Amino acid sequence: MGKTAVEKLISDKIGRLVSEGEFVECPVDFAYCHDGTGVLVIEALKRMGVERIRDPENFSIVFDHSVPPYSDQAATLQSRVRRFAREQGVKKFHDMGEGICHQVVPERGYVAPGMVVFGADSHTCTLGCFGLFATGVGATDLAYILATGKTWMKVPEMLRVECRGLLREMVSSKDLILEITRVIGTDGATYKALEFSGEAVRAMSQSSRMTMSNMAVEMGAKTGFIEADEKTAEFLGRDGKRFRTDQDAKPETVEVDASSLEPCVACPGSVANVKPVREVEGAHIDQAFLGSCTNGRYEDLYEAAKILRGRKVREDTRMIVVPASKAVHMRAQRDGLLDIFLEAGAMVGVTGCGPCLGVHMGVIGENEVAISTSNRNFVGRMGARSSSVYLASPQTVAASAVEGKITDPRRFLR
Amino acid sequence: MIRGRVWKFGNDIDTDVIIPAKYLRSVDQSVWPKHVLEGIDPEFSSKVKPGDIIVAGKNFGCGSSREQAALAIKWAGVAAVVAESFARIFFRNAINNGLPLIEAKGISGMVDEGDLIEIDLDRGIVKTPRGEVKSAPLPPFLQDILGSGGLVEYYKIHVKQLQK
Repeated sequence: MGKTAVEKLISDKIGRLVSEGEFVECPVDFAYCHDGTGVLVIEALKRMGVERIRDPENFSIVFDHSVPPYSDQAATLQSRVRRFAREQGVKKFHDMGEGICHQVVPERGYVAPGMVVFGADSHTCTLGCFGLFATGVGATDLAYILATGKTWMKVPEMLRVECRGLLREMVSSKDLILEITRVIGTDGATYKALEFSGEAVRAMSQSSRMTMSNMAVEMGAKTGFIEADEKTAEFLGRDGKRFRTDQDAKPETVEVDASSLEPCVACPGSVANVKPVREVEGAHIDQAFLGSCTNGRYEDLYEAAKILRGRKVREDTRMIVVPASKAVHMRAQRDGLLDIFLEAGAMVGVTGCGPCLGVHMGVIGENEVAISTSNRNFVGRMGARSSSVYLASPQTVAASAVEGKITDPRRFLR
Repeated sequence: MIRGRVWKFGNDIDTDVIIPAKYLRSVDQSVWPKHVLEGIDPEFSSKVKPGDIIVAGKNFGCGSSREQAALAIKWAGVAAVVAESFARIFFRNAINNGLPLIEAKGISGMVDEGDLIEIDLDRGIVKTPRGEVKSAPLPPFLQDILGSGGLVEYYKIHVKQLQK
């Protein structure tokens, strides 16, 4: 019986053959947290009595959640984390303005295929698309990892999603992952490792793959694994040990036809409440958000700019654009994308998580509706309890911003 | 044995409704239990009594990795959470902070709000007025972490000793 890529990767790390379902103690190659979880990591280390973390070289802190800080309390907590980074000699510390942790860590090439990576943020699963095992944990778990260099886990079963055919124009990897979430459900992959495979995944850019793996956690999965290839190595500027699922491993598999897919949205309340855009076209929106660890990369900004170029955001609609990192921001600036957004009437914010988590940078009010490229549309996620969020691709968000209502981006096919 | 009164919730109770992000960046951590489950029931924190038990449907605690979700529930005095299933990060966070939890398939149909139920963690049994729900008990090392009061205490008792 063959092994899955994740079983092989963890076996390699531990030094013996392990199988799904087994509880193991596993060495961790790289760990990271952000300004939000960092505070609790420090508190846990203090309560544990740990004076020096074990491996500051393979630990990164990226300020992204409350940047720049929106309150004196948020600023105070950040200064604690900043001091901790200095005292512990954390050289891979990135203060506000560098980007979102899940973007900065791979962009800097801190990780490589074959690694085991833990992050104190649920969307750490994003990094699974670099052919590594990456998952999110809470702050206390991360503190334990910083103290000991290892953690416990259950070797996950695999649920493979085979994406047949190629995506059509104006249909992006966001539409594909929303469709997959509809099929699998919000808990259909709980404790499992998702693996995204097939022609559509092989053909897409590494940035598009990040969008796919990013949303693995919305189905309950531990990670969203994608086999590493040349594109992976190019993005990271390095390569590592590549693992692939054996032919005869025969994991549980779901098939999705990428070639017949059309633009879709996750309607308010549940990430799995996914419908084709055409079924909800015309629904009113107050705000459009382009950004986040799901869709704040250069290609996302590029696709949105293609639609917004020479057009205006509808008068009674706001649009906020937040690049996922400084590198993305600078490239978008150089290539004139930011001018397109600004001329269209959108706002361009400083890099970070932006309004995704509903604390600042574009929180929405009572009964307001947002369309967002981010990953969660829970009740009250982006602001007031009575507000609501539609999740969509950069193309759909841009098209909807122009029309002031939910709009199928294929109307903008030139 | 944990014995308490039931507060009942549905499926997919996410960490944003357990503790909205706007309360997270507070220097004063005592605010968290005051807003527990506010996104579903703004009155919950004033109604819940120490020793009460939360019973929920599937995928309890889905969403963000914020540990404040488990802490807010624990500090509000909730003695345990019983659910059809848990999201994995919340599951770890609860164990790591000494908040007992048990996955009991079929529990939603067996209890009403206000019922008194009894949880036997060692044996993985929940006793309700309508009968017992059995589940797999936690593996021994997780029971150890829970029994120590959480991962920090577990580290102090088990790991730090070894390193000396």
